[in-house]
Amino acid sequence: MHALYDLAVGPLAWLAFAVFILGSIYRLMSMRALALKKDAAFVAYISWPHAIRSLIHWVTPFGALGWRENPGVTIVTFLFHICLFVVPLFLMGHIVLFDTFHGWSWPALPDGVADTLSIVVVLACAYFLWRRLSVPEVRFVTRSHDWLVLALVGATFLTGVLAYHRIGDNLFMTTLHVLCGEAMLVAIPFTRLSHMLFGFFSRGYIASEFGSVRFAKDW
Amino acid sequence: MKTIADRLIEDEGLRRGVGRLTPEKIQKVFKELVAGECGARMKTYMETCVRCGMCAKACHYYMSHKDPSYTPVAKVSQTMWRLFDADGKVDPEVIYQCAQVAYTECNLCRRCIHYCPLGIDTGYIISVVRRLCHKLGVTPQYIQDTAHSHSATMNQMWVKDDEWPDTLQWQEEEAREEFPGLRIPLDVEGADFMYSVIAPEPKFRTQLIYQAAAIFHAAGVSWTMPATPGWDNSNMAMFTGDSEIMARVERAHYEAAQRLRVKRIVMGECGHAFRAVYDVANRWLGWKWHPVPVVHSVEFFWELIQQGRIKLTHKFAEPVTIHDPCNVIRGRGLMEKLREVVHFLCDNVVEMTPNREHNYCCCAGGGVINCGPPFKNVRIVGNSIKAEQLKATGVHWCIAPCHNCHGGLDDIISKFDLNMHTKFLGDLIYELMEKPE
Repeated sequence: MHALYDLAVGPLAWLAFAVFILGSIYRLMSMRALALKKDAAFVAYISWPHAIRSLIHWVTPFGALGWRENPGVTIVTFLFHICLFVVPLFLMGHIVLFDTFHGWSWPALPDGVADTLSIVVVLACAYFLWRRLSVPEVRFVTRSHDWLVLALVGATFLTGVLAYHRIGDNLFMTTLHVLCGEAMLVAIPFTRLSHMLFGFFSRGYIASEFGSVRFAKDW
Repeated sequence: MKTIADRLIEDEGLRRGVGRLTPEKIQKVFKELVAGECGARMKTYMETCVRCGMCAKACHYYMSHKDPSYTPVAKVSQTMWRLFDADGKVDPEVIYQCAQVAYTECNLCRRCIHYCPLGIDTGYIISVVRRLCHKLGVTPQYIQDTAHSHSATMNQMWVKDDEWPDTLQWQEEEAREEFPGLRIPLDVEGADFMYSVIAPEPKFRTQLIYQAAAIFHAAGVSWTMPATPGWDNSNMAMFTGDSEIMARVERAHYEAAQRLRVKRIVMGECGHAFRAVYDVANRWLGWKWHPVPVVHSVEFFWELIQQGRIKLTHKFAEPVTIHDPCNVIRGRGLMEKLREVVHFLCDNVVEMTPNREHNYCCCAGGGVINCGPPFKNVRIVGNSIKAEQLKATGVHWCIAPCHNCHGGLDDIISKFDLNMHTKFLGDLIYELMEKPE
């Protein structure tokens, strides 16, 4: 198990970050090339001021009609995404790893706060799971792929929380946590999680059409 | 859960179309379409939709039926996802279902853009489904007939070349009894603007041409209408997925204006026609903007009022409400100008909720009403949410500056006994304006 842990925080971590970063760059660049080649009549209308104006509304809770009409989803979605980024980046355990291997260090969240935020992510995943099972309009469009990405995120945070609270075999749980996290990183460029890469551009594009051609708001 | 397969409606055009198909043929056309006409937009939309279901509440079909198979994402799920999952190799019956969803259960109103955090343009995806169905020859019979008419006559209603000037001269003659000096100037080169209408106006709503002529006469503006094909600004080919015919129609329209050397095109109170001329066909023809500036009636009337060219004898006293048509509001942002015009004409305006860009669709546009009687009940029942919205205003008059909206609203008003009447801006202006001797 120690060997697996060493593998997970050593070579596999390098691999996961490489696939995530290079994969993301590749996906973004190839999508850009495709857009320029095939969607020129639409790329021509991209207007950054309109895109930014719209994005400001969309990254504000209840700042758009869709958010206002779906208040539960909105609250959970915002909490989920904020915690999803804040916890991994500012968790003491993660910073210690970077410090140990590379000598990089930055301020960390207090452990108690990080723990609470992680539990928020797990609860958010449980909420999304419940929606996929019980809300008819979500269930109707849910496919195996959606379960997979939800499981990846949920498992990563759940194992993290369990490891922190020393529930179950600690080394096993920590190793599983690291492996899940790496799988999630690798999945970002190549699954539905790629909305992290493309979402701002797809919103920005339609905002440009609405703002600069149709003179109407898109939020 | 129910799907489109549980509510299939027999349509001659769809049935005949799928009869000619095999899974191999479908796959070949699908792959050609994806390789030839789809790019980063389709790829991104297909890949990134997280299936959150937030768009459900955007759609009047879903809000009316509360059936999960009517949400925007469910419509994509039952069409484009299905095609991509099978790499296009699907049973012809699947194409029948795709066509029914795409042509008759989505008005391309784009209200869902306000709900999707990722900005996924469901209207675009459904348009591509229609494009595929068109290429496969699977289109509802009634709307296909209008596309044939566009192809053969360059207008939507089989109006013959001589019937068009005849109709205008007939309306001119009628109007001259009321306004002796009135002309409907045909083919006047160098006029300030070309006025264009949809073909149903000369076919069965000639009073709208009469009214427009009366308003322009009273306002003393310099205008003309083309005597040749290119006068019709409507475009059902855009909605069948026949982009080639769509482009021919619009090219004729722009070229009519160029031949007449007018400064701009003023379009009658129609939404889809405006979408075709302003937003869609120019791109297909390779123009980023329009070769001749294009103005919708709402904006043109607003200008006339601003310039003091229209004076009223009195204002409309009864309370009215305003329906915001998708193609001139979400499609052109004329919501405030529309309100300024309505407030100029009417004393008592009761807003419906939601309004402006967030308004519910009339459920007739996007070619849905043009699919004809087989699908009529579905679209009327599919818009009970609109009926509730209208009813809540408590007024008897609804102003809607769009032909399709009139069709859709009139149908639900009668079905749900709303005791309401629809009006064009032109109807009211004509009724209320000071008429020259």
